[in-house]
Amino acid sequence: MAQLGTIEKLAILSDAAKYDASCASSATTKRDSLGGKGIGSTTGSGICHSYAPDGRCISLLKILLTNFCSYDCVFCINRSSSNVRRARFSVEEVVDLTLNFYKRNYIEGLFLSSGIIRSPDYTMAEMVRVAESLRVDHGFRGYIHLKLIPSASPDLVARAGLFADRVSINVELPSEVSLKRFAPEKRAPEIGAAMGRLRLGIEESREARRTSRKAPSFAPAGQSTQMIVGADGASDAAILDRSAQLYGAFGLKRVYYSAFSPIPDSSRHLPLSEPPLMREHRLYQADWLTRFYGFEVEEILDAQSGDMLDLDIDPKLAWALRHRGRFPVDVNRADRETLLRVPGLGARSVKRILETRRFRRLRLEDVGRLARSLSTLRHFIVAEGWRPGAALDADRLRQRFAPRPQQLALL
Amino acid sequence: MRTVRLAQPADFGAWRVRARALAAARVRPEDILWQVGGDDGDLFGAGADDSVEADAPARTLNVPRGFIDLAAQAICHSDPERFGLLYRLLLRLQDDPHLFRVATDPDVHRAEAMARAVRRDLHKMTAFVRFREVRDETGAEAFVAWFEPEHFIVERVASFFVKRFSSMRWSILTPSRSLHWDGATLHLAAGATRADAPDGDAIEVHWRTYYTNIFNPARLKIKAMKAEMPMKYWRNLPEAGLISPLIAGAPRRAREMIMNDPTPAPERHVRQTRRHPVQEPTPLDTLPRSLVEAAAAARDCARCGLCRHATQTVFGEGPLDAPVMFVGEQPGDHEDLAGRPFVGPAGRLFDRTLADAGIDRSRAYVTNAVKHFKFSLRGKRRIHQKPDAGEVQACRFWLGLERDFVKPRLIVSLGATALHALTGHAATLSSLRGRDLVLDDGARLIATVHPSYLLRLPDEATRVRESARFLADMKRILALAPVMRRADAAA
Repeated sequence: MAQLGTIEKLAILSDAAKYDASCASSATTKRDSLGGKGIGSTTGSGICHSYAPDGRCISLLKILLTNFCSYDCVFCINRSSSNVRRARFSVEEVVDLTLNFYKRNYIEGLFLSSGIIRSPDYTMAEMVRVAESLRVDHGFRGYIHLKLIPSASPDLVARAGLFADRVSINVELPSEVSLKRFAPEKRAPEIGAAMGRLRLGIEESREARRTSRKAPSFAPAGQSTQMIVGADGASDAAILDRSAQLYGAFGLKRVYYSAFSPIPDSSRHLPLSEPPLMREHRLYQADWLTRFYGFEVEEILDAQSGDMLDLDIDPKLAWALRHRGRFPVDVNRADRETLLRVPGLGARSVKRILETRRFRRLRLEDVGRLARSLSTLRHFIVAEGWRPGAALDADRLRQRFAPRPQQLALL
Repeated sequence: MRTVRLAQPADFGAWRVRARALAAARVRPEDILWQVGGDDGDLFGAGADDSVEADAPARTLNVPRGFIDLAAQAICHSDPERFGLLYRLLLRLQDDPHLFRVATDPDVHRAEAMARAVRRDLHKMTAFVRFREVRDETGAEAFVAWFEPEHFIVERVASFFVKRFSSMRWSILTPSRSLHWDGATLHLAAGATRADAPDGDAIEVHWRTYYTNIFNPARLKIKAMKAEMPMKYWRNLPEAGLISPLIAGAPRRAREMIMNDPTPAPERHVRQTRRHPVQEPTPLDTLPRSLVEAAAAARDCARCGLCRHATQTVFGEGPLDAPVMFVGEQPGDHEDLAGRPFVGPAGRLFDRTLADAGIDRSRAYVTNAVKHFKFSLRGKRRIHQKPDAGEVQACRFWLGLERDFVKPRLIVSLGATALHALTGHAATLSSLRGRDLVLDDGARLIATVHPSYLLRLPDEATRVRESARFLADMKRILALAPVMRRADAAA
């Protein structure tokens, strides 16, 4: 086989990496390279340096070290039974690319993953070498996210956490049954055990650093995971329930949902259709409701709603329509928890409402200045001089908010 | 009408000095015309600034800290009315100190919107500046970028680039101001033109390759892209030229991925599967023949429903010839994550008590009646729940195997669940504690409390008394099995 050039490898190994949704560069320790010999810095919230036409942010150089893989996960573009072109970067190539991109302000850092070659430990060790070289040889202070291999030895994982800001292990599918079916080499208990050890390691290091700044940090930006949506038959309720368990067990920063997308040379065992993007979007909204708005999964999807999220309207509005008796809410009196449940009010708007109403009674137009839009919101609130009238009781309320049916087109 | 001239469009310090003096002189906002030097050089000569003397009757100005921060941001906005708006706010704040917190007030609302636009522009500049490499006169590496911000933010954004690229030498050129960093000092210079910046960089072909390939043609979301990367920035982004061809080609590529027939697996894959067929975990059709086999089989245990939400099976651990076996209730949150018994808070108390009693834990076999963590989820917290009789019964299978393989002479039940699992009947712990008990296989049984019981006791006096009782139980164990004595413990 002819030697591939760096550009060809980059094409293959970024194509191979795009099905991992995470590109976050946030939540790590603040660093800079002032006065030092190294390069780079981190800010609290991360920076998205570009956006692709798929609407996804490009914050990190997200690539695979190699897409050769001995595993045969049905949903994966890099599964061993696929005929995609294969390539392998050397450690130095990845380090050089990262630094060259970073110096031109294209990226916040590196998100490195890999197909599994030879053995999980061999592969993990190669990935750790990349991170180590960036940190130690080049004084790189930007962001590093390492994808971990669940069965890699704890020593290697400990080293990975020493150099990485974020680490992640993908649960891949919502249930153990699906995992067995679609990723025969992966074992759910092994994935869980690895994520459990990560949580303990992250918390231990955070605890140690509270007393001594010199204590080594272990993945200061925490861990995340990803679930593929739409490859198996799992319902939204099952997916959200699994997420709640994952957040509870492992203290994850994020669960990413990745709408199963057609891949080049895909397997005959999977649904070949357009990715369920709206479903993915609704899952993220529901996830947000549980993390920042005080909702339980059983409230978002209950006996009345069934176990799938409404694709036409967002889950908070759907909940409000099922609980019309709780509305309208008086924006001048309601407490924070109640306001957070009003469709059309985000966490920031609620904060501003609470602050402003200490000094002024809010009229509808005032609320309009504090919220993004009144179009939905006005039907659910009472303000000085404003009551929504009979609209809230109308049977066709849902139809009013649902988008009109339209021809779907790709462009 | 007074004309007040500021030398720079976003010099907050200069505006502050002027505004202070004007406010002290009680000049009304509508009587001031704010100008930026060089705006209309022909109309207003150097003498056109109607300076305010600071000797007017002093008026103490009080403003909330937040206003200063807000004004320092809003002053960078390109809206020519920003100076007047902030001055009006400054005066209104003197009569109504809470005004600043009233986000619905039209002036406050507008100033906040300006500050927000400036923050966004700042953030987008940190994101979308693209450096191009040049060689300086000595042949050393240096970087130059051309950028067109919407607002006057260049000085405010400088510290970001200094902190990030302090070991590089770079320049950022913009139409209004330019930044030059030589590795030690930042120089501010006049504006520049696009022609002053390099028009390419060898690495950009890599960057464009990356951009092309990280894009997934099966999920076009053009509006989402444009919302975060507005088209006004595109002309200075080396990757932006790819956007329309990528969009145009996406439907065909997506269709092909869906329509194309799967190909037969490559030879490499066929060889590999022949060499290493996937090992299905063997179902437990025969009884494990050793403790190691039992532990391995227990990893996939689904004898009750607890395996669904628990992270992993937590099997017992300790030497095969341990004379003493401790049996707790079930793994807790910490044990569930670590995969080992008695390593959480209760485990640490257990360790301390054993040490105080002079017992060597590493000589004992430590396990639980139930091998999976049972909990209920409250928000993000997992709250321990007591296993029910069915779960205990299902797990007696594993506890039985552990007893068969380790054959301890003495078994210690920690808490009621362990006691019931071992005896199979429901006698209370208090009625059996301190008694000499023998199990059906002849092993002696000592019943005591679970260490987590001691952690839950609310009042200090009870805790001291119960801890002493627990310690006494441990000492009794040592008396019955002296071989468990720690090497360093006094006899």
